[in-house]
Amino acid sequence: MTRNDTQRFTGTERYVATADLGMAVNAALTLGRPLLIKGEPGTGKTQLALEVAGALERPLFEWHVKSTSKAQQGLYEYDAVSRLRDSQLGEARVADIRNYIVRGKLWEAFESEAPPVLLIDEIDKADIEFPNDLLRELDRMEFYVYETRELVRARHRPLIIITSNNEKELPDAFLRRCFFHYIRFPDAETMAKIVDVHYPNLKRELLAEALGAFYRVREMPGLRKKPSTSELLDWLKLLLAEDVPPEALRSDDPKKSIPPLYGALLKNEQDVHLFEQLLFLDRRSR
Amino acid sequence: MLIRFFFELRDAGVPVSLPEFLTLHEALEARVAECSALDFYHLARLSLVKDERHFDRFDRVFAAHFKGAERFFERLLAEVPADWLRAAAERLFDEEERRKVQSQGSWDELLQKLRDRLAAQKERHEGGNKWIGTGGTSPFGSGGYNPEGVRIGDVGQRQRRAMKVWDQRSYRNFDGEVELGTRNLKLALRRLRKFAREGAADQLDLDATIDSTARNAGWLDLKLVPERRNAVKVLLLLDVGGSMDDHVRICEELFSAARAEFKHLEYFYFHNFIYESVWKDNRRRHAERTSTLQLLRTYNSDYRVVFVGDATMSPYEIVQPGGSVEHWNDEAGSVWMQRITAHFPQLVWLNPEPRERWEYTPSVQLARQLVGGRMFSLTLEGLDAAMRALRKKGAP
Repeated sequence: MTRNDTQRFTGTERYVATADLGMAVNAALTLGRPLLIKGEPGTGKTQLALEVAGALERPLFEWHVKSTSKAQQGLYEYDAVSRLRDSQLGEARVADIRNYIVRGKLWEAFESEAPPVLLIDEIDKADIEFPNDLLRELDRMEFYVYETRELVRARHRPLIIITSNNEKELPDAFLRRCFFHYIRFPDAETMAKIVDVHYPNLKRELLAEALGAFYRVREMPGLRKKPSTSELLDWLKLLLAEDVPPEALRSDDPKKSIPPLYGALLKNEQDVHLFEQLLFLDRRSR
Repeated sequence: MLIRFFFELRDAGVPVSLPEFLTLHEALEARVAECSALDFYHLARLSLVKDERHFDRFDRVFAAHFKGAERFFERLLAEVPADWLRAAAERLFDEEERRKVQSQGSWDELLQKLRDRLAAQKERHEGGNKWIGTGGTSPFGSGGYNPEGVRIGDVGQRQRRAMKVWDQRSYRNFDGEVELGTRNLKLALRRLRKFAREGAADQLDLDATIDSTARNAGWLDLKLVPERRNAVKVLLLLDVGGSMDDHVRICEELFSAARAEFKHLEYFYFHNFIYESVWKDNRRRHAERTSTLQLLRTYNSDYRVVFVGDATMSPYEIVQPGGSVEHWNDEAGSVWMQRITAHFPQLVWLNPEPRERWEYTPSVQLARQLVGGRMFSLTLEGLDAAMRALRKKGAP
């Protein structure tokens, strides 16, 4: 196994990484520990792994976890059913158990020629025991295949990025082995940078007005689902497509105080309802 | 010094363990962080704190710890010879800056400033000794950090913001002690999940099938099992009206979270304290009531009972027959509560009132005694503890 500590990640053309996020990735890279990423939905947790792999020119292996996922599936699976079927048909390959060992994502990453990036996406979706079952694998970067009695060891220590939406508490023993970073909701300055990266030709005043309107919507009390970065980007795309003039976003204009196309920002009918009601009250009070 | 920091973190309730502490040292050794306190702050948080709920506590300890070191460095710096300072200053200020400073004041003033800056700069560093060891050329280069944003050479904006990073306590909202929203509530309630296989066997049990087929010398023998379901049964008893009006929102959220989480959820309302009857529809509370005895007969003792109420009332409402504010009750509330606790061994009381106020309210103390001390505050931590208590049988 080799550790590559010459590479550093500072964000890419399409991804704005704050200084602390860059530090988190670099620490994980240098020490070869997994990096656990949490944060509000839509702050680019999954995107991070893709961008890191792109920036460092490393192969990316993605393991998307579901509620039915088992840790073993990431290592390998023994396809007993096909072997059973083959045995009933009298196939020759049935004699070798190796033909029925299906490799998982972790195995693939371990076998990779170049140092890989492994994304374990939404680890909290799986069963509570899932992270515990991966402790040794993440620690030693090796596992044992009982069926064939072989030890699989990583050629290069992969950079493992794990995302979580906080639906379950992760076990302490697992957390102790990870670096942890919480992606905060970007402040206005970072947000302007993010938008700039995605829509470089956006008119400056439109951006300023749109960001103002966006943060006003976010600060509205009582919203069940606050709009996030990805929703802002969608909304901007719509504004651009519709060619909305910047003046239309200014809320001190009493006649047009509803931001146009706000459906892209609010994803919940109760929120839309609340929003309309508040605006109605607001307009009457003027 | 870091060791003291480590223990201060533990004292503040941040669950740091030795391997994490060693990881931090490993990272420092590997020079992941450059010589800046902002980097050090980020690195320390990255390796020591594993839950955003503890970020706020970490920030507080970090600020307190690295502030406390100030005085030590002040003393140390008072002994730094002036010649050495002058040499350092000459190396660090360029020609133009020196002229500028000199135009503003004397060289002595500049030295004093430098001394102050040194004090400010070092005090936040991870221990001073390390700093001198690794700094190489100079301890107050641009890699340095100081709290007021005074930096030798250019005034670094990044560092000035850094100071605020831990002092602005922006992670306050994530602390487990603050109140919670529906999503957090659901997470906490999830602790109570208990999966069981019940009902019709309609899922293929692959392992058992293979095992049985193998035993059958290769002849297929299908085995089925019932689906796994969350088998926890919950009886929710909610206090409504009066002083509970302040807590409507949190109760609403708890209720909707519980509805989403538990398949077997029954709920009833009461006012202030439990007496001989409860009701299901708050608008028709006087017309349609369910007697508490019926409640005890209908739901068997494997139901978990969760009371939600502020338990803030006159103590008479609990201990005296006829004490209820709404009607004449033949038996005291405490008698009814005893019946309930006897029937349902798994029971908790969630109180939305802040914990600090409990001991000043006699009725809260009474209610707490009656439920065997199993009263928890309606915060994330309280709910967590409550769910854990619900898993055990009987009063602790």
